[in-house]
Amino acid sequence: MLRYIGRRVLILIPTLAAISIVTFVVIQLPPGDYLTTLTAQRASQGDGVPTGEIARLTERYGLDKPVIVQYWQWISAILFHGDFGESFDYARPVSALLAERLPLTIALSLVTLVFIWAVSFPIGVYSAIRQYSVGDYTFTFFGYLGLAVPNFLIALVLMWVGLQFFDLNAGGILSPEYRDAPWSLAKLGDLAAHLWIPIVIWGTAGTAGNIRVLRANLLDELRKPYVVAARARGMPERKMTIMYPVRVAMNPFFSTIGWVLPGLIAADAITSKVLNLQTTGPLMLRALLAQDMYLAGAILLISAVLVVLGTLVSDIALGWLDPRVRLRY
Amino acid sequence: MEEPLLRIEGLRTHFFTSEGVLKAVDGVDLSVPAGKTVCLVGESGCGKSVTARSILQLVDKPGRIVGGSIRWNGATELATLDPAGEELRRVRGGEIGMIFQEPMASLSPMYTVGAQLSQALRLHRDLTKQEAREEGVALLRKVGIPNAEQRYDTYPFQLSGGMCQRVMIAIALCCDPALLIADEPTTALDVTTQARILDLMMDLRAQNDMAILFITHDLGVVAEVADEVAVMYLGRIVEHGTVEQIFSDPRHPYTRALLRSIPELRGSGARRRLTAIRGMVPSLRQVPAGCSFHTRCDHAVEGLCEVTPPPLRKYGEAHVASCHLDEVPAAPAAPAAPVLQVTERVAAETAAEPLLRVEGLAKHYPIGGGLFRKPSGVVRAVDGVDLTILPGQTVGLVGESGCGKTTLGRCVARLADPTAGRILYRTEQGDEVDLATVTGARLKDFRRQIRVIFQDPFSSLNPRMTLQQIVGEPLRTHGIASGGELRDRVADMLTRVGLRPEYMQRYPHAFSGGQRQRVNIARALITGPRLVVADEPVSALDVSVRAQILNLLTDLQEELGLTYLFISHDLSVVEHISDRVTVMYLGKVVEDADTADLYRQPRHPYTEALMHAVPVPDPARRRERHAFEIADDLPDPAAPPPGCRFHTRCAHVRAELCRTDVPELREYGERRSAACHHAAGLTLAGVGSVAREPQVDGRMAGRDA
Repeated sequence: MLRYIGRRVLILIPTLAAISIVTFVVIQLPPGDYLTTLTAQRASQGDGVPTGEIARLTERYGLDKPVIVQYWQWISAILFHGDFGESFDYARPVSALLAERLPLTIALSLVTLVFIWAVSFPIGVYSAIRQYSVGDYTFTFFGYLGLAVPNFLIALVLMWVGLQFFDLNAGGILSPEYRDAPWSLAKLGDLAAHLWIPIVIWGTAGTAGNIRVLRANLLDELRKPYVVAARARGMPERKMTIMYPVRVAMNPFFSTIGWVLPGLIAADAITSKVLNLQTTGPLMLRALLAQDMYLAGAILLISAVLVVLGTLVSDIALGWLDPRVRLRY
Repeated sequence: MEEPLLRIEGLRTHFFTSEGVLKAVDGVDLSVPAGKTVCLVGESGCGKSVTARSILQLVDKPGRIVGGSIRWNGATELATLDPAGEELRRVRGGEIGMIFQEPMASLSPMYTVGAQLSQALRLHRDLTKQEAREEGVALLRKVGIPNAEQRYDTYPFQLSGGMCQRVMIAIALCCDPALLIADEPTTALDVTTQARILDLMMDLRAQNDMAILFITHDLGVVAEVADEVAVMYLGRIVEHGTVEQIFSDPRHPYTRALLRSIPELRGSGARRRLTAIRGMVPSLRQVPAGCSFHTRCDHAVEGLCEVTPPPLRKYGEAHVASCHLDEVPAAPAAPAAPVLQVTERVAAETAAEPLLRVEGLAKHYPIGGGLFRKPSGVVRAVDGVDLTILPGQTVGLVGESGCGKTTLGRCVARLADPTAGRILYRTEQGDEVDLATVTGARLKDFRRQIRVIFQDPFSSLNPRMTLQQIVGEPLRTHGIASGGELRDRVADMLTRVGLRPEYMQRYPHAFSGGQRQRVNIARALITGPRLVVADEPVSALDVSVRAQILNLLTDLQEELGLTYLFISHDLSVVEHISDRVTVMYLGKVVEDADTADLYRQPRHPYTEALMHAVPVPDPARRRERHAFEIADDLPDPAAPPPGCRFHTRCAHVRAELCRTDVPELREYGERRSAACHHAAGLTLAGVGSVAREPQVDGRMAGRDA
């Protein structure tokens, strides 16, 4: 098992290097370099960039040097100083912008993941064991609904419901009165009251997908000969189901960690916008629109790294869970 | 009469599907006396497994027991117990053990075999974990698993099929059941493994004084193990008697047809048509009226058989059959089925240039390995093999699973790239081409001439393509035909393989295993190949269907002038189709001879062992093969034994040479060779000595005359 993990970690290194190169290429893709964009932007606003500033930035990003040196300066700054460059749009360091938003984003993602698991696991097992029952059809119906309705639409509906029936301003993560208040039980309660909405919204699609996958997998497993064999040796039905088929059918839960995390971080800008959540999604959207390439590149890089790390986590989890993965590879 | 251990009366298990009620078991009476082995025989789809599963209420939805009684031990009524109840659970595993057809799939891959074994033990017996472990290891030892202590902690996928079946038997026996239900326990196994598992079961039966309900489609196996035999057809028992009665005096035409379709080892070497049962088991949706067998029966009496269900007639002590024939004294001489039609084939011209010459072929697979890993070893799946196939001949390639015969076949068809060696193929123009070096567009041209028939008719056909698409695909990829011409060609090919052209627009799931194998054959032959590699084309099929497919292959060979490389683990099948036989063991050829010579007297101990592992369909000769038993499974192919690779299992192993020197393939007489140090000095037993044919004739003559 340790060797397996060690090997997987070793493979990470070239993968991450490749990712950083692709990200750097993306940053370089727009015509002109960072400086020309900045100068143009300032010029359009009517003021020029001081010569000292130009010289500083040229030095900082190595803009007068070959591309390969520029790449090295960029990546070494990230690796050794946590410096992702500067956002000209916000005129602040990218790392400062991310520090504001990443923690909330990651926290939301993790809670959503837990929510997805907690909801989809029992429902998936139930749907498979009671295939074609009323309950199965009901869950299937809601599952498809969750998959089919766009997230921002659910967000709008939930906000309306919150406002109409619970007198809750669902936008943002805290009610205005708590926003600058010190942490207290009441503030925590307010946080929870706001948090469930994005979690449910992001959770629905994932939950629906997971239920379908678990149900289909478990149905396949339930027809396997080892289930009949276990029954034939007199195992109680419930214990048998959990021990044998469910354990095999659980694999997709773990193998999807890899793409649940980054998906939530980068992709759902619209819902965040609608809910007025300070996540990285809207940041990324704006950065792309404004061609704020260091900011966009940073988010891109972090998402990609998260994909890789998530895959590593799911591989290790699978190896721990499934002896076939552990012993055969 | 003494109350039997298990008495099934009027059992009816029906499946309530959207297409109507399928009466899989429709009024079965069957008893299993204590300590006896009862065999339930019939083709796939006859309801044998459903009967067995009904006993423990293991029938899956939408199936349900709708009538009849299953009396266990004279007291408990199993049919009406709550399927999830405590009482039935005690019987399951505790009093009745069960083993299944696919040993590997019957064990969960997520737990070690020990975990599953000890769990079964602790379900029914009050044991601590430690006690369960000791007991489990002892059980594994009892079922003949070497290194039981270590094997206890392995996962099922790390064991061979035969080992897994032993584990299943250990689990089934863990609580000393009075009855063991064995549902086709050896069908998925090699003949050699089958022989050892059957022996194990018979030994354990004697030791534990246990009854066995043995379900199989193979009458050869029945002759080996049975005390009593029940023949089942379409949900009913059509004949029941002792094993001697069934084999010496079968009364029901179905029983007789089954007996005839067994490919026996004859030792004559002549290729012979097998007698197959006409058609196939009808769908349960349309069970024929009257006697359900009349649609396939050669003796059906018009106006009687298709109208009135036949009554059960008694033919002697405990021998019953349900057939009308004896009511009609002078049965009109039915158009005698071409019984035992012999097609003697003169071995192909020896003078002819070989179509294929394989020289020193090797295929090595690295073990493990990856981006940051060195391969930890190498499996020499094929390790320096020479093979010659003359045009129009069939060469049989025989060996156990894992001996490299499939890999060799794939290399010949260039589905795998050989590591070394030459594959010299003679083109129609007469020049030899080394297929091992051909690539790209030229290789594509040879793919048209060399085709493969795959083993598993269920997974080798794309379920989302119609027959026309499946069979026509090679025509399209090779740009041979399209549109209307393609349709005509496919229709013609389907007709040749015995399928109706109207089926062209249907999908594979609508067909039975035998029919799918016909589709597989049609797909292989549609491009007009010259060489066909048939990789275990009949191992997944029932005995009766097997005969049909073998006959079809023979007919097509004569019609189209084909050359076959026929791969199989079963020497009895190979004898019926091959002109020459090559025996492989752990990647090397150990014997190579004309079919007749090989069967009359093998030169290599491995051939002898393979030959005698085939069950003999004659209860009087059961256990004869014990003298030729070989032990253990195949050694690890990554670390083959030194010297003669077979010496670890050889019955004739000697102190000198065998363990140290690798035997060369040496000539022994005309056109035969063997790789054994002592081949000249050994007298090995073939199968030609006891002529079986007259007996077969006599047995059949009774009613066919």
